[in-house]
Amino acid sequence: MSEVAITRTEWLQVCKRSDLVADSGVCALVGGRQIALFFLPEQEPQLYAIDNWDPIANAGVIGRGLVAEIDGELTVASPLYKQHYRLTDGQCLEEEEIKLDIFPVAFEGDDVLIQFDQ
Amino acid sequence: MVKQKIVVIGNGMVGHHFLEQLANRPERELFDVLVFCAEPRPAYDRVHLSEYFGGRTADDLAMGKVEQYRDWGYDLRLNDAAVGIDRENKIVTSASGASVAYDHLILATGSYPFVPPIPGHQHEKCFVYRTLEDLDKIQAAAKDGKVGVVVGGGLLGLEAANALKQLGLEAHVVEFAPGLMSVQLDEGGSKLLREKIEELGVTVHTSTATELIEEVDGGRLRMNFKGDKSLDTDLIVFSAGIRPEDSLAKSAGIELGERGGIVVDNTCRTSDKNIFAIGECALFNNFIYGLVAPGYTMARTAVSLLCGEAAEFNGADMSTKLKLLGVEVGSIGDAHGRAEGSAAITFVDEQTGVYKRMITDREGKKLRGAVLVGDTGDYDTLLQYHLNDMDLPEHPEQLILPALDGAAPALGADALPDTATICSCHNVSKGDIVGAVQGGCCSVGEVKDCTKAATGCGGCSALLKNVVDAELAALGMEVNNDLCPHFPYTRQEIFHMVQVEEIKTFDELLHKHGSGKGCEICKPTAASIFASLWNEHIHEKPHVGLQDTNDTFMANMQKNGTYSVVPRIAGGEITPDKLIVLGQVAKKYDLYTKITGGQRIDLFGARLEELPEIWRELTDAGFETGHAYGKSLRTVKSCVGSTWCRFGVQDSVGMALTVENRYKGLRSPHKIKMAVSGCTRECAEAQSKDIGVIATENGWNLYVCGNGGMRPRHADLFATDLDDVTLIKYIDRVLMFYVRTADKLQRTSVWLENLEGGLDYLREVVIEDKLGICDELERQMTNVVGTYQCEWKTAINDPEMVKRFRQFVNTDEKDEKIVFVEEREQRRPATQEEIVKIAEPA
Repeated sequence: MSEVAITRTEWLQVCKRSDLVADSGVCALVGGRQIALFFLPEQEPQLYAIDNWDPIANAGVIGRGLVAEIDGELTVASPLYKQHYRLTDGQCLEEEEIKLDIFPVAFEGDDVLIQFDQ
Repeated sequence: MVKQKIVVIGNGMVGHHFLEQLANRPERELFDVLVFCAEPRPAYDRVHLSEYFGGRTADDLAMGKVEQYRDWGYDLRLNDAAVGIDRENKIVTSASGASVAYDHLILATGSYPFVPPIPGHQHEKCFVYRTLEDLDKIQAAAKDGKVGVVVGGGLLGLEAANALKQLGLEAHVVEFAPGLMSVQLDEGGSKLLREKIEELGVTVHTSTATELIEEVDGGRLRMNFKGDKSLDTDLIVFSAGIRPEDSLAKSAGIELGERGGIVVDNTCRTSDKNIFAIGECALFNNFIYGLVAPGYTMARTAVSLLCGEAAEFNGADMSTKLKLLGVEVGSIGDAHGRAEGSAAITFVDEQTGVYKRMITDREGKKLRGAVLVGDTGDYDTLLQYHLNDMDLPEHPEQLILPALDGAAPALGADALPDTATICSCHNVSKGDIVGAVQGGCCSVGEVKDCTKAATGCGGCSALLKNVVDAELAALGMEVNNDLCPHFPYTRQEIFHMVQVEEIKTFDELLHKHGSGKGCEICKPTAASIFASLWNEHIHEKPHVGLQDTNDTFMANMQKNGTYSVVPRIAGGEITPDKLIVLGQVAKKYDLYTKITGGQRIDLFGARLEELPEIWRELTDAGFETGHAYGKSLRTVKSCVGSTWCRFGVQDSVGMALTVENRYKGLRSPHKIKMAVSGCTRECAEAQSKDIGVIATENGWNLYVCGNGGMRPRHADLFATDLDDVTLIKYIDRVLMFYVRTADKLQRTSVWLENLEGGLDYLREVVIEDKLGICDELERQMTNVVGTYQCEWKTAINDPEMVKRFRQFVNTDEKDEKIVFVEEREQRRPATQEEIVKIAEPA
């Protein structure tokens, strides 16, 4: 017997613009999953959504990391052991085989929307 | 394999050096080693013995720890003197009755103080200056006395005089010869030294012979001098030279010199080839070396020979540089110019009290000796010319004359041959240092760790730095002090730019002086500088993205993403009511509770969203933030001081409270810890802190720049007997000078080590106000103190700030991935294995 997984990709409204903190991160719970949101008003794009789980530290803390530019690329430094994860694709700069999930994210008026597979 | 047996008699500095050197060699395994030590404790640093009165303890001075000897596998017999040597059967017997066989015997019995046979010298108030026990006795005798006399105006005698002064006595030095330190100094140098020492309040009597010591009415001592003069005193310390401790060798029939001392050849062997003698008991070329460095060389020679290598001891240089009662004194080689055909160049500045004299050969080509009093800045350079027999420059007087154009003709590291000894304590040559740099050491600190250079007396620090810098430059390695790729400046430079241009935000700083978008190095550094200068709340909009997570959430993130909460408990003093509140809060939020090393209470396991509620309850009970998360003042540890302790001489808790409340909230390059002890017993361990305060009978002694942690460092004694106001003033200045000039994440100890001029320079800046900046430093500290706010109190009263502490911005659910288990009746984070077990029950 085989199982067929059905996934639906949806844009979900997650929070308001005022819930974000400029130049820093917050965390949202979307479909049971913790997602870190970074709002960088001076950058293009302004919004980044990345998995909140730090697989090296085994804790949900990425949203509390510091945004750091390394060699021209925007990253978040994990607050626990300071590895850098690239905001654009989730790649860990120190450990080649580790890569966090990222999610399409956008403003719609004052709403923050995330594209999420359910 | 049958191991050879080495027995070492004597465990002073030289005996210890022998054992340490042997322990570090692979051949160590070939030997069984047993050590007889007559004293109750293993070797300690006799060179710095006087610091025992300055607050250092027997532990501080210890060189050979019992545990260390055990790790090395040595059989150390403390409190057991060797009493006999049976050379025929190669057996040593000891006072306790032990009888031990040897293959090789090392005599490191040292010397004993010579006490001139003046009638009355056995009086109970007559002492010598040799062991910690001697110092204890002197201290006890000084308690009720007013006057103390040292007999002997040599190096050690002057040190003893200083010690008596420190003990609060009126100090006198009585010397038989016409001058002080007559071995090391010529007449001119000796005269100036005498003037300087008398200025410091020590009375000097030269050309004075004591004929009789008698007890007079009231139990005091009267010293009757030749020629009808006399002096009344409460105690006498004899420091009239040393005599080799050779009695054991004598009774065993080993050859001695005419006036004592165990005769050794250039392999340090005695007349019995199985027996070595090293250190101050050994007589080489009819000479006893009363310095530690030659003793160390003898010890290394003996170790090499036992390990099967060729080695020779060919005498040693007796040059010395030291500071006596704050007076700089240096003596090199033939200080008196006694050799035939000597010429001298002398510089005397009576105004500043500096005397320098060089002894050269007739042609002025080679340096035979030198005397420096009042300023030893040229010592290192002169010593290298002398030791390496280098040709002097065309105008050798330049070497000791003050430089008119500001550029002193210091001896470049390049000019030294590779064989030049840079550190005589640990016998490190220039070649060794160059090798270490070429082998990958990139800083003075790394070279120190690797070669041990400059870790003994430290006198060669400056020269070591020259050699290291020159070699780094030669390798084309420029030391890059840039803060990070975004700022081509040091932290200090950025500090100055921020201050002068009154920059208040990171964006402005980046646009004006940096490039790119900033990183986890420059952002928190800038935040710290802004806080030190402008002291705005770290949650103000422009600053919030600059902080590390601990500062952002004003708590310390622990391994599972929860936080620990540490309220301030200034000085470690807390009321029962407040203790109860802490217990209640901990119980309510199920927090793991632990007393910290800094006398506070750590509450672990708070979830992000719980932090504001917890702090509201704590703030209501009167608690303030403890800044445990910040690079800022952490704790001021204290003992109970004179309030409760029967030994305390000042109110250490009161002072700890004053200090902690003053500096709480000060943001700095690295976390800062302090402590205040109520007496020299030092129960608060102030000497392992950035700022340490130890009470004295007359006020406070201030220690600076110590630390515990990975690379512990003892704090340096900075100033003594300060009143409360001066103490705070000095701490203000030291701290603010550090905050302004230190590198990012540089702790005070490393800062001081890298400060050119070191502790003396820091004293010049802080005490003498050499740079004229003390007012500014104090003003800045006053500003920080005046703008203090409890960050938590501000945060919980601002709904916008409280919002920041939500776990999820879109729901009140909890983070389910945080799992705790119970251990010893409290909860702790579950390990990964435990989490898997909980998720998949068997």
